[in-house]
Amino acid sequence: MSTAAEQDGSNVAGHEPFGGARESALLRVENLKKHFPMTTKGLIRRPAPPVRAVDGVSFTVDRGETLGLVGESGCGKSTVGRTALQLLKPTDGKIFFDGRDVTGVSGKDNLLLRRDMQMVFQDPYGSLNPRHSIGTIVGAPFDIQGVNPPGGVKKTVQDLMERVGLNPEHYNRYPHEFSGGQRQRIGIARAIALRPKVIVCDEPVSALDVSIQAQVVNLLEDLQNEFGLAYVFVAHDLSVVRHISDRVAVMYLGKIMEVAERDTLYARPMHPYTHALMSAVPIPDPAKKAGRERILLHGDLPSPINPPSGCVFHTRCPKFAVLPESDKQRCTGEVPVLEEKQPGQFVACHFAEVRSDVAAAVDSDHHDLNQRTAAMASAQPQRRSVSEPGAPGQTSGDLSIVNTPADLDPRRARP
Amino acid sequence: MTLSLDVTDRSPVAPADAFLSVEDLKVHFPTEDGLVKAVDGLTFQLAKGRTLGIVGESGSGKSVTSQAIMGLHRGTRAQVTGRIMFDGEDLVSVSNRRLRQLRGSAIAMIFQDPLSALHPYYTIGNQIVEGYRVHHDVKKSAARTRVIEMLDRVGIPNPQQRIDQYPHEFSGGMRQRAMIAMALVNDPKLLIADEPTTALDVTVQAQILQLLKDLQSEFGSAIIIITHDLGVVAEVADDIMVMYAGQVVERAEVNELFYSPEHPYTWGLLSSMPRMDEARQDRLFPIKGSPPSLINPPSGCVFHTRCEFRPEVAGDACRTEVPRFDADSPHPVRCHIDPARRRELFRSTISARL
Repeated sequence: MSTAAEQDGSNVAGHEPFGGARESALLRVENLKKHFPMTTKGLIRRPAPPVRAVDGVSFTVDRGETLGLVGESGCGKSTVGRTALQLLKPTDGKIFFDGRDVTGVSGKDNLLLRRDMQMVFQDPYGSLNPRHSIGTIVGAPFDIQGVNPPGGVKKTVQDLMERVGLNPEHYNRYPHEFSGGQRQRIGIARAIALRPKVIVCDEPVSALDVSIQAQVVNLLEDLQNEFGLAYVFVAHDLSVVRHISDRVAVMYLGKIMEVAERDTLYARPMHPYTHALMSAVPIPDPAKKAGRERILLHGDLPSPINPPSGCVFHTRCPKFAVLPESDKQRCTGEVPVLEEKQPGQFVACHFAEVRSDVAAAVDSDHHDLNQRTAAMASAQPQRRSVSEPGAPGQTSGDLSIVNTPADLDPRRARP
Repeated sequence: MTLSLDVTDRSPVAPADAFLSVEDLKVHFPTEDGLVKAVDGLTFQLAKGRTLGIVGESGSGKSVTSQAIMGLHRGTRAQVTGRIMFDGEDLVSVSNRRLRQLRGSAIAMIFQDPLSALHPYYTIGNQIVEGYRVHHDVKKSAARTRVIEMLDRVGIPNPQQRIDQYPHEFSGGMRQRAMIAMALVNDPKLLIADEPTTALDVTVQAQILQLLKDLQSEFGSAIIIITHDLGVVAEVADDIMVMYAGQVVERAEVNELFYSPEHPYTWGLLSSMPRMDEARQDRLFPIKGSPPSLINPPSGCVFHTRCEFRPEVAGDACRTEVPRFDADSPHPVRCHIDPARRRELFRSTISARL
């Protein structure tokens, strides 16, 4: 669920060049590019064409919102996360935090910015220093920032450990004494230590077992509700992204192909690449696989050093293959811009069309999209307001409400 | 042909059509801290042309099982006991020489990480040609023709050129295809795929799973597919075995397992994964805690420490008594809860979580 401002039809219908970008957003990224320089092989190294890992990506993240970034390996989703935090220096583009241009900040400004922007890394083994105790690791943000929390660092760290589900008595233990899931909790405790406003989660659960994965996903959601965090959730697992995100952006070869509100994207994907991705997800239901059409993409991801002309996806696009010659020229010659094809749904494709048959999600209610958008707009701009029984958003047909028995949901039972 | 797969503590007589029959297999690793019981009493049978999916979390013993079938624990400190009857021979006691003849020709394996399973110094072609010539007395050129044919069959474009390339010149999906070509070059009767798609993207995973299915219908081999992803087994397996802490906790035919699972651990696995084919849940239902140590596995039922349905069983039997298996049942479950009650619990509580 995102804010009313975003759902508001009139606002969205205005001139919105960047996938529904709003000035008011907490984190706004405009035309972000990250090119990694290359040199020729051999003794004399000359500059060669760079790797265009991220090539013009724009998105916004609101307060308390989760933006999911999905795509296959090599699509640049992790680089987007890192560049947005300026762990990598952007080649081009602007980053706004809280309405302020923070592109290229350094020194003290950068340090202060880090209090608000944190990161959870993918590898729970590589991201914790094996020579530091948990107390030192989780307390490091206070140390680096020169912050002295009330009650002292040790007490605060132990509270944090307890909050993420670790035993505070393990304060003096070292990373190797913990399992993968516990280590990821340590990484999360470190990220929330300074009460940031936005956390970039780079594949935070992909290294974990299924049952542990669910624990960490639930923890991230609880922390989000408690501290009003915004997440940029980078992952390749479409099911997990659907579960946790409010809006989802699909990336391919350094560009955003499609971005939309979660339920819209999963029920009515429009970009051929989104179709292929969704149809490829294995479904744990033997009967459903029979009725599903699987779109198999042929070939491999093209090189980001020399991306295809026009639409970067045209070399593998199943739709391109069946287009008449005259239309093909458009795909090969003209770069499609991310434009609003349906209210709130931005697609970078010349021939985008809704396909709900590939969407794995059973979307039984094919109600009118405009009606739904209108209903959303009337919802409170507060996060997850729709999950409260009786909220205006409930009438919009949010599947999670209609089909989830209320008595089974511990969150709803909470006061 | 039907698969009959029994989980029992007795040694059953293998049905005539089961060409792989594992009986009370135990793989224990002595370590400084104690004996690690990675696989502890595993019994199952597999018929030709069938696919068995082994599902479990890391440390459940699924990979160790497959390595035992391949005889890969020979020459290590591992203690392997029990019987693995493959086409009338016991792979546990067979000579090293005979095992080498079987390995790679009658039984082949696809490993999880194709980059570390392929040798970086040799071309793809060299590695597959070597595997072929070990088992077939043919000239290099004949072997090369056969390998090009195989590479083509697994969907590698331009096999004539690709055969002379090195693994680093292949993409992840292409490497996995090359691994599959290597595994299939000798027409194995049994193919073991250990997490064949875990390192791959979903679109490539879909290609590889499709390829495995096509190849099975073409060559009629039996497949054991090991994975942690229930979606993958739903896609390819005929029967599913769920492992936990070195033991099988439930095994059933694929539809049975997904539509009427009975073990609380299987329920936990199913309800902890977000599903794209169902309405979005506001909340996932993880299994609490983490997998147990295999040095000191919990007494009684191995799952009792994490089981939320323990109160269903009277007298703390979960902690004190190892649950029995109904060996001849088509759907054995290692659980103390009464079968009728289990089905009721699934209907009343669990199905709403999925």
